[in-house]
Amino acid sequence: MMKPRIILDSEHLEITVTRLCYQLIEVHNDFSKSVIIGLQPRGIFLAHRIQKRLIQILKKKDIQCGSLDITFYRDDFRTKELVPNATEIDFIIEDKNVILVDDVLFTGRTIRAGLDAMQAFGRPNDVELLVLIDRRLSRHLPIQAKYIGKTIDSIVSEKVKVEWKEIDGADKVTLLSNE
Amino acid sequence: MNKLSTKHLLGIKDLTAADIQLILNTAENFKEVINRPIKRVPSLRDITIANLFFENSTRTKLSFELAEKRLSADVINFASSSSSVSKGETLIDTVNNILAMKVDMIVMRHPNPGAALFLSKHVESKIINAGDGAHEHPTQALLDAFSIKEKLGEVKGKKIVIVGDVLHSRVALSNIFCLQKLGAEVMVCGPTTLIPKYIGSLGVKVEHNLRKALTWCDVANMLRIQMERQDIKYFPSLREYIMLFGLNKKLLDSLSKKILIMHPGPINRGVEITSDVADSDQSIILDQVENGVAVRMAVLFLLAGRL
Repeated sequence: MMKPRIILDSEHLEITVTRLCYQLIEVHNDFSKSVIIGLQPRGIFLAHRIQKRLIQILKKKDIQCGSLDITFYRDDFRTKELVPNATEIDFIIEDKNVILVDDVLFTGRTIRAGLDAMQAFGRPNDVELLVLIDRRLSRHLPIQAKYIGKTIDSIVSEKVKVEWKEIDGADKVTLLSNE
Repeated sequence: MNKLSTKHLLGIKDLTAADIQLILNTAENFKEVINRPIKRVPSLRDITIANLFFENSTRTKLSFELAEKRLSADVINFASSSSSVSKGETLIDTVNNILAMKVDMIVMRHPNPGAALFLSKHVESKIINAGDGAHEHPTQALLDAFSIKEKLGEVKGKKIVIVGDVLHSRVALSNIFCLQKLGAEVMVCGPTTLIPKYIGSLGVKVEHNLRKALTWCDVANMLRIQMERQDIKYFPSLREYIMLFGLNKKLLDSLSKKILIMHPGPINRGVEITSDVADSDQSIILDQVENGVAVRMAVLFLLAGRL
């Protein structure tokens, strides 16, 4: 039986997103040279949440935010059944500072594929990684996030589930573990 | 459903409606990929594909080759005219020799119906049928369905007429299977001699009057008269065929609604359609060619996932 434990509830998630936004502003100022790219399928919700909050805080009309599908860049597509999602990047990332966004950083393989996939849209000036949850003990590749919502020490058999109001009905992060 | 139910792509007949939907949905993602500044993705970088063409082809061969290269596969090409086939080697021997060089997938065009099925029973490899005689041409039907879906929103409930040399056409048979599985209504139209006798048993309507057929349909797929396959005379003269079954601008403009015009290529301009129809805004012939690459990428990607 998987026993769920709530890591972040909707109130805390809101606070975490706001804190991440202020951390981003420290580095990216007014975002005139920066863009946000969310990784499909689950990173796009965090990306859009951050975009929305940044627009509020900075009182800007728009901050560029795209979604990137990495299915065709994965190294494990023959061992798993993968369904591709839409890539929507209607800007050029040439010379831009890119903030790559995903919900959970686990083995690092998704991010590796994301970096490859991004190259099809130009040569960015700089790429940073932002994740909501960093499972720091499970990495297979030398990849670290610059902005982290929450770091957790979890073992491989445990599962982290990030839920969003937009598709799951509520904002919540839970840790499911085998008893 | 995110896996094909078949190991090979031999014909549309073996596919389920869910398979076809999966291919079309995946092709949509690949269409976005091939419109990027950098059109290549690394999905099949460890796969080798052999294109075996025992019959002439321009579009299909280039389209497959481009699709393979855009997926980063290694590609080898084979044309029977410049090979040992002319020295008497059998199909199975030829293919087994190619497979001995560690090839993962075979794309084959062959003049004999059933050649792909035959091969799939005798060799250990993934086979993709790129046209077998007058039997099937599955990727053409898939790209036709994709193009209709792209222009009209969906295939279900649409009326499609296939005009011309249905008897010698693999495109016609694959299209009939594919469109019917997606819920479209299909009609064939042509001279009695070029419509197979029992085609009605497939559940298609038969019409011998082009104007009536065009008035009925939403999409007209105009087939080429395959002179090279016609061993006897099927109609009195080409001029008479053009007068009865050729589509010209005057006829097209006289219809009450704007129908889509498709053609699998190569076009005989002035025979099945006139130049001004082929180049009109109702023609989606070049969209079909573009979509062909995306659809073939989807087929290769999905089958390679089962290697």
